[in-house]
Amino acid sequence: MALKIVKGSIDRMFDKNLQDLVRGIRNHKEDEAKYISTCIDEIKQELKQDNIAVKANAVCKLTYLQMLGYDVSWAAFNIVEVMSSSKFTYKRIGYLAASQCFHESTDVIMLTTNQIRKDLSSPNQYDTGVALTGLSCFVTPDLARDLANDIMTLMSHTKPYIRKKAVLIMYKVFLKYPESLRPAFPRLKEKLEDPDPGVQSAAVNVICELARRNPKNYLSLAPLFFKLMTSSTNNWVLIKIIKLFGALTPLEPRLGKKLIEPLTNLIHSTSAMSLLYECVNTVIAVLISLSSGMPNHSASIQLCVQKLRILIEDSDQNLKYLGLLAMSKILKTHPKSVQSHKDLILQCLDDKDESIRLRALDLLYGMVSKKNLMEIVKKLMLHVDKAEGTTYRDELLTKIIDICSQSNYQYITNFEWYISILVELTRLEGTRHGHLIASQMLDVAIRVKAIRAFAVAQMATLLDNAHLLTGNTQRNGICEVLYAAAWICGEFSEHLEEPMVTLEAMLRPKVATLPGHIQAVYVQNAAKLFATVLRGHEGVPADSMVAQETSQLLIDRLPLFVQSSNLEVQERASCILQLVKYIQKLQQKDVEVAEEVTALFAGELNPVAPKAQKKVPVPEGLDLDVWINEPPSGSESEDEGRKSKGKAVFAKEESRHTKPRYTEVDEKELAKRREVRKAEQANNPFYIKASPSSQKVYQDGVGVEHIPVVQIDLSVPLKVPGMPMSDQYVKLEEERRERNKADKKKKKDKKKREKGEKGRRRRGDSGPESEEDITPAHMVDIVTEEMPENALPSDDDDKDPNDPHKALNIDLDNLLAASRRPLADSEKKLPVRSHRPDEVLKSPMEDRQVVEVVPEPKKKTGKEKKEKKDRKKSKEKKKKHKQEEEEDLMGAGSEEPVQPEETKEVAAPPPASTPEAAAAPASTPRTASGMAAVAPDSEPEEAKDTEPEETKSSTHKKKKQKKEKKKKKHHHNHSDGAGDESVQNGTVEEEEPLPPMSNYALLAENSYIKMVCDIQGNLQDGSQVVVSVIFENKCDSFIKSMEFNVLDSLNSKLQRPDGAGPHDGLIVPFQLPPGISNEARFIFSVQNIVMPQKLKGTLTFIVKTDDSSTHEKLDFKLHFTCTSYLITTPCYSDAYSKLLESGDLKGCSLKLEGVNQPFHHLLARICFHHHFSVVERIDSCASMYSRSIQGHHMCLLVKTADQTVSIDAKCDEPGLLGNVLDEIKLTFSQC
Amino acid sequence: MIKAILIFNNHGKPRLIRFYEYFAEDVQQQIIRETFHLVSKRDDNVCNFLEGGSLIGGSDYKLIYRHYATLYFVFCVDSSESELGILDLIQVFVETLDKCFENVCELDLIFHMDKVHFILQEVVMGGMVLETNMNEIVGQVELQNRMEKSEGGFSAAPARAVSAVKNINLPEMPRNINIGDINIKVPSLSPF
Repeated sequence: MALKIVKGSIDRMFDKNLQDLVRGIRNHKEDEAKYISTCIDEIKQELKQDNIAVKANAVCKLTYLQMLGYDVSWAAFNIVEVMSSSKFTYKRIGYLAASQCFHESTDVIMLTTNQIRKDLSSPNQYDTGVALTGLSCFVTPDLARDLANDIMTLMSHTKPYIRKKAVLIMYKVFLKYPESLRPAFPRLKEKLEDPDPGVQSAAVNVICELARRNPKNYLSLAPLFFKLMTSSTNNWVLIKIIKLFGALTPLEPRLGKKLIEPLTNLIHSTSAMSLLYECVNTVIAVLISLSSGMPNHSASIQLCVQKLRILIEDSDQNLKYLGLLAMSKILKTHPKSVQSHKDLILQCLDDKDESIRLRALDLLYGMVSKKNLMEIVKKLMLHVDKAEGTTYRDELLTKIIDICSQSNYQYITNFEWYISILVELTRLEGTRHGHLIASQMLDVAIRVKAIRAFAVAQMATLLDNAHLLTGNTQRNGICEVLYAAAWICGEFSEHLEEPMVTLEAMLRPKVATLPGHIQAVYVQNAAKLFATVLRGHEGVPADSMVAQETSQLLIDRLPLFVQSSNLEVQERASCILQLVKYIQKLQQKDVEVAEEVTALFAGELNPVAPKAQKKVPVPEGLDLDVWINEPPSGSESEDEGRKSKGKAVFAKEESRHTKPRYTEVDEKELAKRREVRKAEQANNPFYIKASPSSQKVYQDGVGVEHIPVVQIDLSVPLKVPGMPMSDQYVKLEEERRERNKADKKKKKDKKKREKGEKGRRRRGDSGPESEEDITPAHMVDIVTEEMPENALPSDDDDKDPNDPHKALNIDLDNLLAASRRPLADSEKKLPVRSHRPDEVLKSPMEDRQVVEVVPEPKKKTGKEKKEKKDRKKSKEKKKKHKQEEEEDLMGAGSEEPVQPEETKEVAAPPPASTPEAAAAPASTPRTASGMAAVAPDSEPEEAKDTEPEETKSSTHKKKKQKKEKKKKKHHHNHSDGAGDESVQNGTVEEEEPLPPMSNYALLAENSYIKMVCDIQGNLQDGSQVVVSVIFENKCDSFIKSMEFNVLDSLNSKLQRPDGAGPHDGLIVPFQLPPGISNEARFIFSVQNIVMPQKLKGTLTFIVKTDDSSTHEKLDFKLHFTCTSYLITTPCYSDAYSKLLESGDLKGCSLKLEGVNQPFHHLLARICFHHHFSVVERIDSCASMYSRSIQGHHMCLLVKTADQTVSIDAKCDEPGLLGNVLDEIKLTFSQC
Repeated sequence: MIKAILIFNNHGKPRLIRFYEYFAEDVQQQIIRETFHLVSKRDDNVCNFLEGGSLIGGSDYKLIYRHYATLYFVFCVDSSESELGILDLIQVFVETLDKCFENVCELDLIFHMDKVHFILQEVVMGGMVLETNMNEIVGQVELQNRMEKSEGGFSAAPARAVSAVKNINLPEMPRNINIGDINIKVPSLSPF
């Protein structure tokens, strides 16, 4: 034995220690990897020896190698050995190595429990300390559970050194083992008043961390913290407490009032900048939370701003940065006080430090006004020129656009200037934001009518100089601008001075090098320009040559695009080419075609607000599912009343819906109203149209004299040769303001002039409320995005991704529940997310709209035609017999009921997908081709996607009604974002069409009503499932007052609105006329998703016949399968294989015999019914993936051979997996 | 919470890494590279805060760093920490190193990574600040070192001798990052 020890120490002489290893690595710079691999071999040898010193040395070296990026997890067991050494020296090495490379999935960790427990209770405080430190890094739920008690005892250890470590580690224990929070909390609270400042600080630290996640539960500690704050002198503790108060004040304004004074004192007295800064921050938070109620805190605000100014003026960049950061918080609620420091902030824009410049930029956003916008943007433009590095320049660019476009272009007085700025920005090299500039151009040109002429001129110049933008491949991003330029030139081509020149520019061969989607817009708009040229030149004999030349030009150039590899370009080009050829033929026969060609692109665009559709309120008593007037048998006759049905949601109808609805209102009344409105508008100098209909009224020729006459300031040259210079506008603007001022003085003496004055002056005069007396350069009417009247602007319909509840909702949810009880005195209720009930109520509404969109096809064709006629009427030139011709020319074929599917698609997608339309600059209810030009990447695509599927599936259905239903489901899928599913199926299936599938299962049925339902996990929230129920009225009577109720189980609860008792039913927000079905959604919260379960429920309703009404009820059983907790999640094959390799998943398998359906059907079924997605498919073998709402991964390997299907499955939750497999089995046994 | 502490030199070579959240080794290296890339291109006279490395964190996290001679000390922290407080903590940590190694230089960190870790463990534990009082930290470190010595030391005598022999043909070790006289720029931070 002795000999062995001697031999060991002699061996050690030749072992490398850490220093030797480091030195060796430094001496082998050229072949480091090789050297290290030999070292690792040596280390492996050393680890095999019995001598613990040798092992510890080896482990120490491994720790170093780990830092260099080598995986040393293979030595995990040896590390545990070293940890368990009795000598402190080695133990410390072992724990260090463990803390560096152990993590939750290291399996040897479970061997350490007893060793750690022994160390924790060691008489040597440093053994305990080392164990605590190590444990804090690799604590697992198991360790936390097993050791929680031991650590709790240590919190009252005699040595403060141990106490503070034990207190700190408790936070980690809580995170891993939330149940421990409740029993440990009293002791933790006690430690806040520990005599040792270190322990106290640790306790404050832990409670602050806890409270940051769930501040509500810690409000009751506020008095204690308040005491600490006024008594403690430790700046660390003070900072933590003050930060904590910052988080608490929004919940308890009274606390804020109390805080102001001591904080102000601290601000005055402290010399520590860090403390001063945190105080200012918290005061700001307090003031924000008080901002509504307390007006007399301006002194505090002033103090804060003053102190921040001192920070910003400091030469220390750190303070400057933090000052600006805090300033931006004040800006949100007290912009005025910040604005007075504009000089300082502008100065910071010149700082050499990029972080500081970015912070200053953030502040600028809130500082602009009508007065200084031009000046500020000018300054930014200078910076853009000077800026080095594209990131900062891109940041500047987005900021300029943000600043200008904020609150609906509120601060822009001169849109010509803005267009010039945008055009100047296109000259930026290598920016990624071409798309942003383009969308701004589109938005301004569409919404500011007065600017169109100018915009078109500018865009034409851009198109002409397109080579400047596209010349360099690096500038790829910017060529997006051409997309906007081409569209604007085409759409508003009537403003073009020389359409021929622009047309020529759009058809240059170089265009073919642009990205496909831009080419497509070019081609489409070339056709629009062509129409304009024709109209301009036809009729005059001398010009007919020009018209023919134009046709020839198109015929010559378009073939280039016909050859395009881009489908969109090719399709449009060949279509237009044929059209032009036909026109040329007509021209040669001297037939006048201009009218017809122009009609192809007739129609006015109206921007639709992103949420317009959602916000259409349904007037009380209006049932959208009933005919207002029975449809007449002859679809020819024009029935005004029809328009207000269903589609009223959309722009065209929207504008007119007042008419049919108030037909009883006589003309006089109307005229009176109009007068009132006129007066209102006239008195408003910066009139932003609030109601879409007023604008439409103009077009209908009712109020012609009110077409806004644009008084263009003649001092502004309309046509700027070459690129515009925004600077000149700044000068002009100044001059103009001067003049305005002078004017106003003059006018003050006189009485008010007549109203018939020219637009601008008049407006300037009567505008005392226009802030800072600045009048817009042009009478600019910003066309507001159309919104239904009565839409509630306050509707909180954003699912705010920054919702603080969401951020707080990490793991700590459970913890929160546990932590409640010790604090029960302050809280009786769990924090409830207030937006949930809203969702519950709102979602059925959305659904209904989707349903509405689908009326019967026959009806639709009539409507479609009607719509077209309206458009023509608005042009006021068309005659009846011409329409017929036109329609033939266009090949619209809308009269054939043979294609009901298609026409429906044309009309249906826009309303169904208005949310997406928000992305596009505008959308319009006109012919599909026209729409494609506006927003080629939104609606039409979708229409096409759904179409084949629709038709395919519909072939299987015989009855029309059924067809409708199917369709409804598809729409439903698309609208709620679960669209992947059907698309997935579409891609899987190639060989043979799939039989129709539906996830809606029968829930219950009686002679009155039928309920089918589909259950899906909620993507946004891991603990929710959404149950969509379709109610179908089967009887001949009216069904109303439906109430849906479910008996909650421990595990699953129906989400009820605030204030509702746990047994209250939910009112279904619609009524059902005979034969009608509608869908409602209900949200359930579930805790455990491993087991399927059933919930009993009842639907009560009133059946109303003409003379009587009876109460009825229907019982049902909701079956939450495990499948319904899965969410179709795409997965890449590399991520998939990583997942499988990780070894965290447990396996299970399943065999299905006698399955005689094609493999792709089988896959599609699994995809569809069980929410999987195919990762990879090779012949008769496929891997599939899905995820549960709680994040469990589930992987399937599906193989098939002679009617036998074997499924190997892996999941990190074996229970869930087993149940899902059972359900899959069931699915296949049923078919 | 502190999410990670990285020390690397002007060339991006790691000298100490301490993650308080698990990342695989390759990810760790990637984080070091990215952080180095972010930090190294900044002048010495710009502010010491950086928002967002893409790998660590997200919007709630900040990189707070200090540059001493050849070494960068980078802390990745979330919004619960005071920015200036962490800057001060870095200073405390470096001054502690200076005391423990007697004029610390990069080579001390290179050859005694383990000791630097042990010192750091007395300052930050599991991502939370444990102690900010330098004397307390130094005291605890010294007590533990004494314990180690009483146990005969980690690298007992024989290995020491060999190492001394091996050391002979090395160029003289430069001691170049004497931080004792580096002017600390945090203004008027009262001693904690």
